[in-house]
Amino acid sequence: MSNSKTVIVAAVLCIVCSILVSSVAVGLKPIQMKNKDLDMKKNILMAAGLYQEGDDIDQKFQSIQPKIVDLSNGQYSDIDPSSYDSTDVVDIPKSEDVAGLGTRPKLAKIYVVENSDGIEQVILPVVSKGLWSTMYGFLALSSDMNTVKGFGYYSQGETPGLGAEVENPKWKSQWIGKKVFNDSYQPVMKVAKGTGSGEHEVDGLSGATITCTGVTTSMQYWLGNHGYGKYLAAVRGGTL
Amino acid sequence: MNVKELLFKPVFKDNPIALQVLGVCSALAVTVQLQNVVIMCAAVTMVCAFSNLFVSLIRNHVPSSIRIIVQMTVIASLVIITDQFLKAYVYEISKSMAVYVALIITNCIVMGRTEAVAMKNGPLYSFVDGIGNGIGYSIILLIVGFFRELFGSGKLFGITIFQTISDGGWYQPNGLMILPPSAFIIIACIIWVIRTKDPTQIGK
Repeated sequence: MSNSKTVIVAAVLCIVCSILVSSVAVGLKPIQMKNKDLDMKKNILMAAGLYQEGDDIDQKFQSIQPKIVDLSNGQYSDIDPSSYDSTDVVDIPKSEDVAGLGTRPKLAKIYVVENSDGIEQVILPVVSKGLWSTMYGFLALSSDMNTVKGFGYYSQGETPGLGAEVENPKWKSQWIGKKVFNDSYQPVMKVAKGTGSGEHEVDGLSGATITCTGVTTSMQYWLGNHGYGKYLAAVRGGTL
Repeated sequence: MNVKELLFKPVFKDNPIALQVLGVCSALAVTVQLQNVVIMCAAVTMVCAFSNLFVSLIRNHVPSSIRIIVQMTVIASLVIITDQFLKAYVYEISKSMAVYVALIITNCIVMGRTEAVAMKNGPLYSFVDGIGNGIGYSIILLIVGFFRELFGSGKLFGITIFQTISDGGWYQPNGLMILPPSAFIIIACIIWVIRTKDPTQIGK
């Protein structure tokens, strides 16, 4: 076969395949986006302890308000949360970076449940480095900004059966009612080695030491001064 | 060769995993949970059947110098399309399968069939051959998945069969079953059983 035929066959094949692939991708995009959106909302509701299997997610989510917080001063930003889609990050100084994250978003999108007395709970996105993967989760704190309402990762790639047990509902349920800060508001919440005791510890996962360390250090970072610390202090102090 | 033989020969007599020992990589990766296995099997069978069909349709126009690239392009396109559908309609499962759907592209069974069968045979024959090999692959994966999920987490399709100790039951899960190497051991046992029943498969 001649060279020109080779080129023609290759070109036609590429065009046909790319048209097929792109039209499928574009055609299915709305459904995929909706799935993603619903899944995110479901994860937030689950962290807040507001979700039961079979609930109407969109309806339940109406009680939750997204807000944008400037982490450098702990104040709400006046950017509209529904349109916020920034990927601006700031470098975490080495001395602060206990969780080994490298960067954090400049502005954080958090979720607030309010009642007539003010804030009922806040749901904070938490990012941790595990053994293999970056783990993404939500931590829900009650109105005292100290008691855990719920905690869970929604995306992680840890070893199934070992590190991935961070998604085990039974393990997650231990977090409820724990206190993340001590009396002087230092973040002290940790995953114990073995059985956890007291109000600042949960049980460790056997065979998942590095994953558990990642959870502990991310708690220290995100609840510390460089993370949500300033915001939480502002809520506690009543200045928000 | 009639359709029935074409469909079922790859199941035990000429199994792509057990006899040809192809596609073992994905058999290790996705067999922790049966639910994932089923989706993976469906995806591989679809891709295998349709890539065979399309490659067979264009086989007379493909210059032999670029035939492998052509096959790869067809397979890759089909895999991406399959992945997009999974993301749209079974989002939860596609999330837990992560990259393994995309890795069907590198599954040796698919490419082995397009090169060995689809390049030489008619579209219908190739299509049925693709389905047959998909079924052969699926059978092995289902067996592996059955043992791994049952003994690794005490469940089948996510339904608790053995109550594990961490959930307040009696069963101590077998940690090895959760890790990929256990699939090697199970596949080896399957091959052992098949070759004992059918000694003609024993390699020289």
